[in-house]
Amino acid sequence: MQDFFLTHYSNVPSFQHSSGRLNMDLHSLTIHELHDLLVKKKVTSKEATESLYRRIHEMEGKVKAYLLLTGEEALRQADHVDRQIAKGEEIGDLAGVPIGLKDILCTKGIRTTCASKILENYTPFYDGTVIKKLKEREAVFLGKLNMDEFAMGSSTENSGFQVTRNPWDLERIPGGSSGGSAAAVAADECIAALGTDTGGSIRQPAACCGVVGLKPTYGRVSRYGLVAFASSLDQIGPITKDVEDSAILMNAISGYDPHDSTSVDMPVPDYKQSLKKDLKGVRIGIPDEYFIEGMDPEVERSIKEAVDFFRKWGAEIQNISLPHTEYAVAIYYILATAEASSNLARYDGVKYGLRSKGYRDLMEMYTQTRAKGFGEEVKRRIILGTYVLSAGYYDAYYRKASQVRTLMRKDFEEAFQRVDVILSPTAPTPAFRIGEKTEDPLQMYLSDIHTIPVNLTGIPAISIPCGFSHEGLPIGLQIMGRHFDEGMLLRVAYTFEQNTDFHLQKPRLKA
Amino acid sequence: MKMDIEKVARLARLELTEEEKVTFGNQLEQILNYMEQLNKLDTTGVEPTSHAIPISNVFKEDEVKPSFPQKEVLAIAPDEEDGHFKVPKIIE
Repeated sequence: MQDFFLTHYSNVPSFQHSSGRLNMDLHSLTIHELHDLLVKKKVTSKEATESLYRRIHEMEGKVKAYLLLTGEEALRQADHVDRQIAKGEEIGDLAGVPIGLKDILCTKGIRTTCASKILENYTPFYDGTVIKKLKEREAVFLGKLNMDEFAMGSSTENSGFQVTRNPWDLERIPGGSSGGSAAAVAADECIAALGTDTGGSIRQPAACCGVVGLKPTYGRVSRYGLVAFASSLDQIGPITKDVEDSAILMNAISGYDPHDSTSVDMPVPDYKQSLKKDLKGVRIGIPDEYFIEGMDPEVERSIKEAVDFFRKWGAEIQNISLPHTEYAVAIYYILATAEASSNLARYDGVKYGLRSKGYRDLMEMYTQTRAKGFGEEVKRRIILGTYVLSAGYYDAYYRKASQVRTLMRKDFEEAFQRVDVILSPTAPTPAFRIGEKTEDPLQMYLSDIHTIPVNLTGIPAISIPCGFSHEGLPIGLQIMGRHFDEGMLLRVAYTFEQNTDFHLQKPRLKA
Repeated sequence: MKMDIEKVARLARLELTEEEKVTFGNQLEQILNYMEQLNKLDTTGVEPTSHAIPISNVFKEDEVKPSFPQKEVLAIAPDEEDGHFKVPKIIE
């Protein structure tokens, strides 16, 4: 397969309009809108795919969301779906829909770098389960999207290759670690994307870029073929232009997988059935501890307006307490780095990935390969994780954090006896400036305070657009729910979205 | 809390530059100090959570199934010989 790496966009053949029909703004469609047009034979998947690549070529110089474009294979897949439609065959709701993939998902025969130099030339010989499921549904893959290296970061500045920019303000971060995915969706450089979320890496970039991001319950989606960061926290989920698309992708990727022993063997509901504009009897909790010092006043105002909306729509609003929230960042950066130090031990220059040159013995081969292949943040976290697991410190850090994780889980269990969902901001501020927090890792970590508890407790949560700052930056509303109750999240999110127009706003990007 | 960064780097199989040792040392000290707040909590008798969703043992049948083809696996290895991964001499 021919592919196009990094900045070599000039190698991509220029796409011509294959017909004069309605294909000017195909890139701005949602999954369900494009599906309707495909079924009605108003457009072809090829036209949509070409429209997306044209948009990518116009915008990538500014946004830098993609690490790799797979144009040839994408057009082949689009053609395949178009032939089915022409023959009058029935197609599924993702067939022929151009989608972007975070470059942490293993794709057979297509380079998968995790935005790390250590995997710069790694081409998996297998597809991850979610990729397999999307292929079965005949989605079109446009390419692989940028991210923080090994998903470690909140700004996509830790990519080993390039810094992705926020389409709403090119001087600002798109969030992270799925910053490429969120920026591509916001800039109409894909119809929808997959991201992954270990401490907020789907929801926070979705909030920063004004799109919808859903982190499923731990175990809802198979992690097989997801390059591991922190195995007890990682989940794959959709980043989309609206809530209906989120439901469509959840239908496609959810379910038990024998290849992932932590995936849960429970029936998957049809999430589209949850798309109701109805909040009758829904109890919504507002946690006191999430409205913290340092929260941006415009974020606070937007969330309060959202709460008023829900009250007006007949939901019952309750103040609740999640007393261990203040410990979330400390727990997370102990447990996640501990798991990462163990998971990343596999990058040793033996089986795949980079091997440095000039070593004198095996030990030097390990230490030099890892020194050369890993970026600064990954090294920092490996050191921290190694330290908290080392003899003499394990009880003080790892065990202690695991115990406080139990207390946090109990906070949520008690809260969910009284309420059906919990609302909070997704992030304490809108997108910050590129470079603003790179020198101070702790400040960067603290920006994850609202999203981390969701991963630590395994619950699902969605971030939806709920406002804009005076500078025109998107603000995200986080809705958290009970284990395996994604349906309730989608229902609450859908009701809000369908009665507001935040999700319809687009960044003013000029080519 | 002061960490012996050279020792930890050795455990992690990471070669650090002198500059990295200083920068990481300072940053990690600040982060570890922040983590000290966990000690405010009395967690005596609290069971640790390693997994957020309760699952019991996952068993599967003990049967032979095809694995990845050796050729494909070795094709992406940095170095190989006669169907094996090749590494520097380990035993003198």
